[in-house]
Amino acid sequence: MDAQFAQTLWITLKLAVSTTVILIIIGLPFSGWLAYTRIKIKPLIEALVSMPMVLPPSVIGYYMLVIYSPRNWFGEWLGQIFNVRLAFSFEGVLIASVIFSLPFMIQPLQNGLRSLPDSLREASYTLGKSKVRTFFKVLLPNIKPSIITAVALTFAHSIGEFGVVLMVGGNMPDETRVASIAIYDEVQSLNFEAANRYALILFLISLILLTTIYSVNKKYDTWKIV
Amino acid sequence: MENSVIFIDIEKRMLTANGPMNLSVQTTIPACELVALFGESGAGKTTLLRILAGLVTPDKGMIKFGSTVWFDSEKKINIPPQLRNISLMFQDYALFPNMTVEQNIQFAQPEKDQSKVDELLALFGLTEFRKRKPTGLSGGQKQRVALARALARKPQLLLLDEPLSALDAEMRIALQDEIAQAHQLLGVTTIMVSHDLNEVFRLATQVLCIENGSITRTGNPEEVFSDSSISGKVQITGQIARIEKQDTINVVTVISGNNQIIKVIAFESDLENLKIGDRVMVFSKAFNPIISKLK
Repeated sequence: MDAQFAQTLWITLKLAVSTTVILIIIGLPFSGWLAYTRIKIKPLIEALVSMPMVLPPSVIGYYMLVIYSPRNWFGEWLGQIFNVRLAFSFEGVLIASVIFSLPFMIQPLQNGLRSLPDSLREASYTLGKSKVRTFFKVLLPNIKPSIITAVALTFAHSIGEFGVVLMVGGNMPDETRVASIAIYDEVQSLNFEAANRYALILFLISLILLTTIYSVNKKYDTWKIV
Repeated sequence: MENSVIFIDIEKRMLTANGPMNLSVQTTIPACELVALFGESGAGKTTLLRILAGLVTPDKGMIKFGSTVWFDSEKKINIPPQLRNISLMFQDYALFPNMTVEQNIQFAQPEKDQSKVDELLALFGLTEFRKRKPTGLSGGQKQRVALARALARKPQLLLLDEPLSALDAEMRIALQDEIAQAHQLLGVTTIMVSHDLNEVFRLATQVLCIENGSITRTGNPEEVFSDSSISGKVQITGQIARIEKQDTINVVTVISGNNQIIKVIAFESDLENLKIGDRVMVFSKAFNPIISKLK
């Protein structure tokens, strides 16, 4: 029981950390592009990024399962070339979780970048600095509160993920069984004591993360762009 | 590279607060001068400056810096701001809040050169603030940092967007001197946007007047402004913009509150307690205007 408890928490943590790290790598350049692009289909891209916030997780989960299925060209291709099956595997859950948490990473970063005066970016360009250098040396250091918010929200959201994991990963111990699913499972088998332990841990982690965000943002409130 | 004349022939449709406007500029800017772009707000001054910087793309036309083509709509050439070797000093200064004064200047350098940074810090009286972030600086100090940073880039062309508009009158005079000094020291072609006649008169060697998107007058400040606006009747208050010694007399140029230029002859004894920037009253007694300091 205790080994399984630890294993479930480990998978939960592994999923949340991996999701967050992948989303930092994808999210920084993507939000930088999205904040400043003048492409015509920008509203469509923004809508797609935000879809996971309004769609039921089961919808995303369903589409992920369809794509992963070996009967589909993508699933078949994955199976043939890499001998990978994504449905009901940790990797499959991870991809779904990345997609599902995308808006929680992109939106704070994009809003942070947009709140900076354009002149900062333009000043750096006229001083001869490339877009990449400007992004990392001038823009990102000035949106620290947004970065902290984005990372903490993404992590908290991934830890609490339920619907998508259930659809895509099922409830396989040592593979896809995360804390939120374990709670549901334990309650179903009237094992309230175990459910309580999982629930308390998730509650505390989320509380600590959100308190951190709010206190950090309060500290930066006095900090203004010149 | 040096002695590069700037050739401008561009058109750009703009949306202003007063509706659409066509910015249409054909002019040549001589090298090494300090040129003022003068005009009402909304006349297209800042847009022209941003077009030169490469931040705004004209609809059509051509910009050449010396023999280098910066923009040519027909050949589809548009050199990005990074490669134009210019510095633009923004109206809001655009200092990087995450960097100290010193780091702001270092960031602008094409190659690291600490002795040059120290030199600039000393030149602008910033040495004691080098470790401070821009948030902790006064308006005048920020302006100095912005100017030092613009020069650290070693630009071929220095663009100043209303550099002194956010400052009070006294600070303005002090910093006008610094801009003039920096221009003389480096001999870099400088274009300054301004709607302050006083500033234009004190600093600029050339003036381009913009009205409703096109250049209406060019020349040195005297040529451009003197014909219509000299006056010397009754009482006018203003500020001393220039004192020129001619043989035994002095010509004092005063700019009134409504941007009228008044030239007054003054004797050495009249000038004892007068200096540039003083608020004065010019009044006419019989035929000769006489000048006296305002309390």
